[in-house]
Amino acid sequence: MYAWIGQILRVNLTDATIKKEKLDPVLRRNYIGARGLGSKLFMDEVDPQVDPLSPENKIVFMTGPLTGTLAASGGRYNVVTRGPLNGTIAASNSGGSFGPELKYAGYDGIIFEGKAEKPVYLWINNAEVELRSAEELWGRNVPETTDMIKQATHEEAKVACIGPAGEKLVKFACIMNEYNRAAGRSGVGAVMGSKNLKALAVRGTGGIKVADRQGFMQAITDARNKLKAHPVTGAGLAAYGTNVLVNILNEHGGLPVKNFSEAAVFAKAENVSGEYQAEHCLVRNKGCFGCSIGCGRVSRNRGKYKGIGEGPEYEATWGLGPNLFIDDFEAISKANFLCNELGLDPISLAGTLACATEMMEKGFIPWEKADLRWGDADMLVEMTIKTAYREGFGDELAEGSYRLAEKYGHPEFSMSVKKQELPAYDPRGQQGIGLNYATSNRGGCHVRGYMTSPEVLGIPEKVDPDSTEGKAALLKIFQDLTALVDSAGICLFTTFGQGLPEIAEQLRQATGLDLSDEEFLLAGERIWNLERSFNLQAGISSKDDTLPPRLLREPMKGGPHQGNVVRLELMLPEYYTLRGWDQAGVPTPEKLQELSL
Amino acid sequence: MKIVVKLFATLRQGRFKIQSGIYPEAAKVQDIVEGLAISPTDLGIIFVNGKSADLNRVLQEGDTLSIFPPVGGG
Repeated sequence: MYAWIGQILRVNLTDATIKKEKLDPVLRRNYIGARGLGSKLFMDEVDPQVDPLSPENKIVFMTGPLTGTLAASGGRYNVVTRGPLNGTIAASNSGGSFGPELKYAGYDGIIFEGKAEKPVYLWINNAEVELRSAEELWGRNVPETTDMIKQATHEEAKVACIGPAGEKLVKFACIMNEYNRAAGRSGVGAVMGSKNLKALAVRGTGGIKVADRQGFMQAITDARNKLKAHPVTGAGLAAYGTNVLVNILNEHGGLPVKNFSEAAVFAKAENVSGEYQAEHCLVRNKGCFGCSIGCGRVSRNRGKYKGIGEGPEYEATWGLGPNLFIDDFEAISKANFLCNELGLDPISLAGTLACATEMMEKGFIPWEKADLRWGDADMLVEMTIKTAYREGFGDELAEGSYRLAEKYGHPEFSMSVKKQELPAYDPRGQQGIGLNYATSNRGGCHVRGYMTSPEVLGIPEKVDPDSTEGKAALLKIFQDLTALVDSAGICLFTTFGQGLPEIAEQLRQATGLDLSDEEFLLAGERIWNLERSFNLQAGISSKDDTLPPRLLREPMKGGPHQGNVVRLELMLPEYYTLRGWDQAGVPTPEKLQELSL
Repeated sequence: MKIVVKLFATLRQGRFKIQSGIYPEAAKVQDIVEGLAISPTDLGIIFVNGKSADLNRVLQEGDTLSIFPPVGGG
């Protein structure tokens, strides 16, 4: 067995049993690992109609074949479950060292099932695996929980846990590993909370074998050299982190402001930019396991929001900043630190706050609920805490923007797709990202097919952001390649500098699989269709492949893309055709056969 | 003619954030880039009034030119 360990853990929380099981070699070949393999294992065992927060739902932690190897940025793992925010298949991806440590302990992944009677955590010390009481940990935030578990187990243990938000079943609670890395989206933390599973701690001292040591060393050397030579992965991302996008999207006219209700240009963008962060708050860069890029930021705030922590990344900065009309970087950073400590997804939190603020301004939610105003930084910090603990109006915010807006009779103010809040790009300034939002298998998401790369950043080459032409074909490639990258266990950011040939070669040399570049990309397409099949069986279909009405009908009010709406109707039928789906968005029998599904 | 030039990220080092300057009629993006001694390898994204442009773009009175090094994120 090469690259994979070949063994997974099955933990039944209801009867507190732990089993070690072998991985099926055919599944590895077809679904690679992490996002793909985790989804396949999950789908084989769970009814797509399952209540996400019931004991019948399962939650799968899965690494990829390159996780923990010397592959560039090979530190990723995925958490797969039916997400409580929107009922889609949620594959939430995280970095750090947790995934590698799990493999060094001797496991490709873990399937959790059932529900523990009382709070527990799983302690994996190589071959020894046990469930321990987490009653003393329940109610504690992420840093406290992590510290206490490390003290009780091993100082080198890697800990993934939920904070109060996961315990309180906040619909967009994260799983945090090693304090600040997050399996951030779709509410995977709430699934852990529903199972009384507070944390996982892993200590592993084994290794990973690769099929061809020399060939693998050559493949990773080539890939790393390519990343080093590329201006983005070699220098750009390290210099200013992801927040460098604030000024870019602002100049482009695609930085959403006030819940996407105004021209996507924020007059005070400079105050919340990567340049500002570097000049005033940056302590140092931080990389995940095996990463040569180092896009992470350790940031320090002064004054009333004093503190030190990691981030904020671009998406969080935008959501907690310009989208709420807040230009105080330290306040944004403070709210982001709190999200890390309490285990909240800042994108969905911010989208929900923006929705609520607009609805209050328009008189659809009474001011007595909370005094939400555009630009109120103190209120942002207060509501972040209240949402995590479901206090006061925070209890309603904890349900996410769609349920909130629907409750007050106006779901159209929820800037979400398939009930998941949109990230930091106004699609009226980028037609392709609009198609990506509409078709993403987990709803509003930028990391399923990052069309900003060609449409705004010009990587791998520049395409016209205002044109719909060719976007369906380009997006399909991006989505399939991303599914492969996420399943391999490497970081998506490497694809700024390396492409399918480098990724496929690393996979070949590590695993010994005799698959061509095209066959690896086909695995990505298989995974995409697998996820689609789950959603269809869960009742999520072409009717949900759409965008909030505002983005389809309200022309952009100003900036470089003034007057634009997203012309989804021009792109979606072509996308279905290119995918081999019928016009109801269902994969045809021929396509399923081609993909061996 | 009057052009507003905005520089970002590493391009600001030893230069400026924003500057309004007077340039000859029919000046191209390339003229301004050369005037600022920005090497081609440091050039990533070029916007004129928020729309993508190349070095041969002829500028017009009142244009805003924004220049970024090669960067990514997400």
